[in-house]
Amino acid sequence: MHLPFWSRIRKTRQGKLAGDEPIGVGDNPLLREETTGASEETQWRLIWRRFRRHHLAMGGLVVVLMLYGVAACAEFLAPMNPRAFDSKYPYAPPQRVRMFHESEEGVSFRPHVLDYRVELDSVQMTRVFHDDPDQVVDLGFFVETEPYRLMGFIPMRRQFFGPVNPDHSFFLLGADRLGRDLLSRMIYGTRISMTVGLIGVTLSLVLGITLGGMSGYFGGWIDNLIQRLIEFLQSIPSIPLWLGLSAAIPPRVDPLMVYFYITIILSILGWTGLGRVVRGKFMSLKTEDFVLAARLDGCSSGRIIRRHMVPSFMSHIIATTTLAIPHMIIGETSLSFLGLGLRPPVISWGVLLQEAQNIRTVATAPWLLLPGAMVAVAVLALNFLGDGLRDASDPYA
Amino acid sequence: MSETTPQTAMAGTTEPTLDTDELLRLESLCVHFPIYKGLLRRHAGDVRAVDDVHLSVKKGEVLGLVGESGCGKTTTGRSIVRILKPTSGKILYQEEHGKVVDLAQLNDRQLFKYRADIRMVFQDPFSSLNPRLTVGDIIGEVLEIQGWRKSDINDRVRYLLEKVGLRPEYVGRFPHAFSGGERQRIGIARSLATNPRLVVADESVSALDVSIQAQTINLLQDLQEEFGLTYLFVAHDLSVVEHISDRVAVMYVGKIVEVADKDSLFGSPKHPYTEALLHSVPKPDPKRRRLGTVPKLKGEVADPANPPRGCYFHPRCPYAQDKCRVERPALRALPGGRQVACHFAEELDLEGIPAVE
Ligand SMILES: Nc1ncnc2c1ncn2[C@@H]1O[C@H](COP(=O)(O)OP(=O)(O)O)[C@@H](O)[C@H]1O
Ligand code: SF4
Ligand SMILES: [Mg+2]
Repeated sequence: MHLPFWSRIRKTRQGKLAGDEPIGVGDNPLLREETTGASEETQWRLIWRRFRRHHLAMGGLVVVLMLYGVAACAEFLAPMNPRAFDSKYPYAPPQRVRMFHESEEGVSFRPHVLDYRVELDSVQMTRVFHDDPDQVVDLGFFVETEPYRLMGFIPMRRQFFGPVNPDHSFFLLGADRLGRDLLSRMIYGTRISMTVGLIGVTLSLVLGITLGGMSGYFGGWIDNLIQRLIEFLQSIPSIPLWLGLSAAIPPRVDPLMVYFYITIILSILGWTGLGRVVRGKFMSLKTEDFVLAARLDGCSSGRIIRRHMVPSFMSHIIATTTLAIPHMIIGETSLSFLGLGLRPPVISWGVLLQEAQNIRTVATAPWLLLPGAMVAVAVLALNFLGDGLRDASDPYA
Repeated sequence: MSETTPQTAMAGTTEPTLDTDELLRLESLCVHFPIYKGLLRRHAGDVRAVDDVHLSVKKGEVLGLVGESGCGKTTTGRSIVRILKPTSGKILYQEEHGKVVDLAQLNDRQLFKYRADIRMVFQDPFSSLNPRLTVGDIIGEVLEIQGWRKSDINDRVRYLLEKVGLRPEYVGRFPHAFSGGERQRIGIARSLATNPRLVVADESVSALDVSIQAQTINLLQDLQEEFGLTYLFVAHDLSVVEHISDRVAVMYVGKIVEVADKDSLFGSPKHPYTEALLHSVPKPDPKRRRLGTVPKLKGEVADPANPPRGCYFHPRCPYAQDKCRVERPALRALPGGRQVACHFAEELDLEGIPAVE
């Protein structure tokens, strides 16, 4: 009989076992190897903790939340009706908000703007806007307006801020070609532009997870087919492809339907990146020991995917999705800018930029380029947010 | 002990039969992985990970399966639990009441019934536990699938935790709260959840520290005695199987080269590869350390996609002769219930390692 070299250790353990006590971490010094703290933090809380340390990403999150807040409450936040045009104010420049009013009685606190007195410069054929000290437009918070429903269901009669007299006009960021308030139009544009990203990404997500998942889980010819399709879609330059697809939209269709067509076009092209990520995750997880163990436990494919695979990369998917939204936003903006995407009267950042599409505008009404700044802010914020989520969700970072 | 050679067993009836003391028998088991090359994915040969393996596992024994890395041990183990579908051959399993089935022929649905009987302990204590499930969910998963009631599962999981030396209160914890050794105990508890008849332990202690290895092996042995389990205990290191095994099978490039009971195998090996493995184990015992006449294993394990002619071991074998380079030795029976695949098994005087007093 060979006496093994660990017979010594065995005796000490049997001594412990004599009382038939379970060995816990605390009881047995031999078991105390690399035991970490017994924290029962869940994956999501861990991610959140790591995410909070990422300042840029936190900033991105705040901005993104604000943008979606604006999109949800556009009626409440916009000081003017975005579609109300006024032949008196084409290309009116931004007005300066004055806090104090000087009159015979003295100086008083009274937020206001001065209405414009418009003169036609017959030499240059332009309008010249002068402040008119006699025409004070009082401003206030929670001023009355026409009744509307906030988010579609809360009946409201007041808006966040604007002229106290609803008949007065107010152009904090100037007016466009038809004398419509740019700020209000940008606020309404946020709604369309930010949701194009969201809806488009949701569609991409469904396509990406389904097709990428099939590709990675089943492999073989299914994988081959889907991969070639992805390569094909990715090899086509996106702008010409968008153009081609948008040209296929019937010209007389309702502008709202165009919006849906555009999101579908964007997501048909946008799922490929996500599909690749999902496929890679499925492929690597498929041979993970814990997935094999689940198969040995008798789990069905569906249960393995739902319970053992998808939760392992859900955080990854969320990060990738966040990073895909800006592509959608840029896509919408580019298409609309080229006049092939959304069309007036729908208001989106791209539509606004399309209206600012000539040299004269840039020279005489540069404020009309502000929607471009909104696009930049939104895209940057979403990218920071996505980067932060990705870093936080990667346990090996 | 059965003297039946695999060949005679195969030549027999069409209805597969096993000896009454046999639990599992591999007959001509082959697992080949195709290699595809080039853009058109042309079939350019096979990795013969397991190639014509004959092996029998007896009820209640611990059969050690050893060999260097890449010899096909994992592939063998995984085809037995049927994560892999064998290319050809039979995996005969004898059910409790004597019925024999060929697991190699069954599909996933038919296998479901046997998933509870044949369980596996994985090598890596980290990747084998789903980090997002609690210990209770991990161990209880199989019971849930088998349709147990929630409260019964909970009781069973707590009982199992206690059996593997962990506190039952740990059911709600996530795997990351545990050390490697403790995680492996969780894996063992999972494998025992269904009262299995056969447990395939694939390098189940290789990833652990030496002192933890010893504890885990002792635990496995205690559990085997208590529940009357049968183990196929896979390791690349003979010193690990020495303590726990009753019999040992040595594998080289997809083939079994020697099978014998543990004491004969360690005391008087009959295959040069076994001898080389025996003398390459770390020797903590000074009496063993003094022996040093056997040359160390040179070179690499042969490529299973392109094995050498003749005896697969001949490029590394210090006793190789001309015959070895052309003719492949078959696995044949020797007296004492041993099996060996070497032309010169009888002539060679190979050196074992002495029993420690
Ligand atoms: N899925 C696979 N595809 C291709 N080759 C494989 C696969 N699995 C294992 N192999 C090859 O089969 C051989 C045996 O591997 P394995 O069974 O893991 O050996 P061991 O467990 O003894 O180290 C190795 O050469 C390995 O590269
Ligand atoms: S058959 Fe020849 S080469 Fe193979 S192990 Fe025996 S002696 Fe060595
Ligand atoms: Mg292995």
